[in-house]
Amino acid sequence: MILEVEGLTVQFPTRRGTLTAVDSISFSIAPGEVLGVVGESGAGKSITGLAVIGLLEPPGRIAAGEVRLEGRRIERLPHEEMRRIRGRKIGVIFQDPLTSLNPLYTIGQQLEETILTHLVLSPRAARDRALSLLREVGIPAPEARYRNYPHQFSGGMRQRVVIALALAAEPRLLIADEPTTALDVSIQAQIIALLKRLAGERGAAVMLITHDMGVIAETAQRVAVMYAGRIAEIGPVRDVIHAPRHPYTVGLMGSIPRIGSERLVQIDGAMPRLNAIPPGCAFNPRCPRRFERCLVERPDLLPAGTSRAACWLHASA
Amino acid sequence: MHLLKLESVSRDFDVSRPWLNRVIEHEPRRILRAVDHVSFEVSKGETLGLVGESGCGKSTVARLIVGLYAPTEGRLEFRGRRMQMIFQDPYASLNPRWRVRKIIAEPMIFLEKKKPVSEFLLQVGLSPDDAERYPHEFSGGQRQRISIARALAGEPDLLVCDEPTSALDVSVQAQILNLMAELQERLGLTYLFISHNLAVVSLVADRVGVMYLGKIVEFASAAQLFTNPRHPYTRMLLDAVPDLDMSGKPRTPVAGEVPNPLAPPPGCAFHPRCPHANERCRVETPKLINDVACHGVEEGRI
Repeated sequence: MILEVEGLTVQFPTRRGTLTAVDSISFSIAPGEVLGVVGESGAGKSITGLAVIGLLEPPGRIAAGEVRLEGRRIERLPHEEMRRIRGRKIGVIFQDPLTSLNPLYTIGQQLEETILTHLVLSPRAARDRALSLLREVGIPAPEARYRNYPHQFSGGMRQRVVIALALAAEPRLLIADEPTTALDVSIQAQIIALLKRLAGERGAAVMLITHDMGVIAETAQRVAVMYAGRIAEIGPVRDVIHAPRHPYTVGLMGSIPRIGSERLVQIDGAMPRLNAIPPGCAFNPRCPRRFERCLVERPDLLPAGTSRAACWLHASA
Repeated sequence: MHLLKLESVSRDFDVSRPWLNRVIEHEPRRILRAVDHVSFEVSKGETLGLVGESGCGKSTVARLIVGLYAPTEGRLEFRGRRMQMIFQDPYASLNPRWRVRKIIAEPMIFLEKKKPVSEFLLQVGLSPDDAERYPHEFSGGQRQRISIARALAGEPDLLVCDEPTSALDVSVQAQILNLMAELQERLGLTYLFISHNLAVVSLVADRVGVMYLGKIVEFASAAQLFTNPRHPYTRMLLDAVPDLDMSGKPRTPVAGEVPNPLAPPPGCAFHPRCPHANERCRVETPKLINDVACHGVEEGRI
């Protein structure tokens, strides 16, 4: 396993009490595997990603749990040391490529700087490596684009540059937070294909965070569905899509418009706010299949077919 | 009988640099044609969908219809009395200083017989008590319900919806789409529904227009368009939609990007990305013939 997360809990102390944004979640990602993390806004998926890479904004903090990268605990490392691991061992891709790139430097300079920070190479070798990365992510005529500034690239091309930057030091783990959300469908399809190919070729572990189940169906092998700071269901993508085990996943799958679908299944209500998570199962007020136990006792992930679901329907006894 | 008719409507935007720069650097004026000779009709009670990628001009069409922009060329004809618009961002489109009651009552100033605000709140699934609250007290989905209630309050003949669910989570989007379908059934509403999301359009629209770089490239009934797309661009868009069913059906990979609208390619604007392009496509702009603007389809080679 490249990444192992165990009992991760992220809290935000506020004046009106402590909010738990991520509540004791566990998962792991193997080399060459893409794990999709899906959920609606506020489910805690981005916070989980930020906690793994040590970029939680204060006052957010990891209140409990472990994050292990290739067996080494990284959740309590000092700032400086974590900074070296990011970039070297962990590559990060965010939604908006413009905020990940410095508008004042050419993309060549930014790539070279990243490469020289993390790898021991001569400037010349760094340049060669930067060019080959650009070629690999599908930038046409990289020699000509090398001296261009980010604003001279289109949105899709910028996201390719960001991917090249994230891969610059051959990281073992790649965290992509909504990497295609700002892009048009035709560009999205190209970026998905690129991410998939690179993850496969390099044997890196990829954590793909997105609200779009379609992107996950195309890219990931396993998926974790998050709801109100917890994992509601985790399992092989195919099984979660075709035979969801958690009532929330069932509703979520039914509410996604597909070409040719007639009327959408609807989950009434909305995800609870962090300061008003109900006792028992957090989904119980919206759940069509709730019973007494759901109102009082919070379910952990239980085996359900090839997946695991946090739902009392799957309690064997 | 049509309710709304666009006849060869175009809209230009002047994106030139300031006058002094142009004089000193001998630059010409730069005109961006956002909408290029678009024609269509919307009949009463139907939903017309407009799809396309960012920058294709679909939002400009919406703004031309409601009169937020004047057309540079062409003619718009509206046979109803009133229209209303629903915007994408429910955070920006509601006045944060107004109570919901005032927001919903605003379009009624043009009506002789005013209905109570609570009626519209109930229609969109909110409670009459919500009238005294402010927009910030609501979630994104609830705000979009308020936008819809406000639009209904104006008793419009036509509702122009510009990406009404794009800012919402999927489960909330499902609630809003179901609500819009239900309201249409009950009140006989007419929608112009603009979205970049093909699956959403396939769900709501009776007829669909596909736009590329300011032009309509294909028109078809929703059933026809999504099962039997004719224009190569429509096919490419459909192939790019992530396959949720994981059926593994063969798909042509998507190539290239939308060209710069300031310097659109000559001939058919799609030819640099089109696998079927030939010499004619590179020089001659295709006209909309039998609802498809493609030389290949016209010649029967696609």
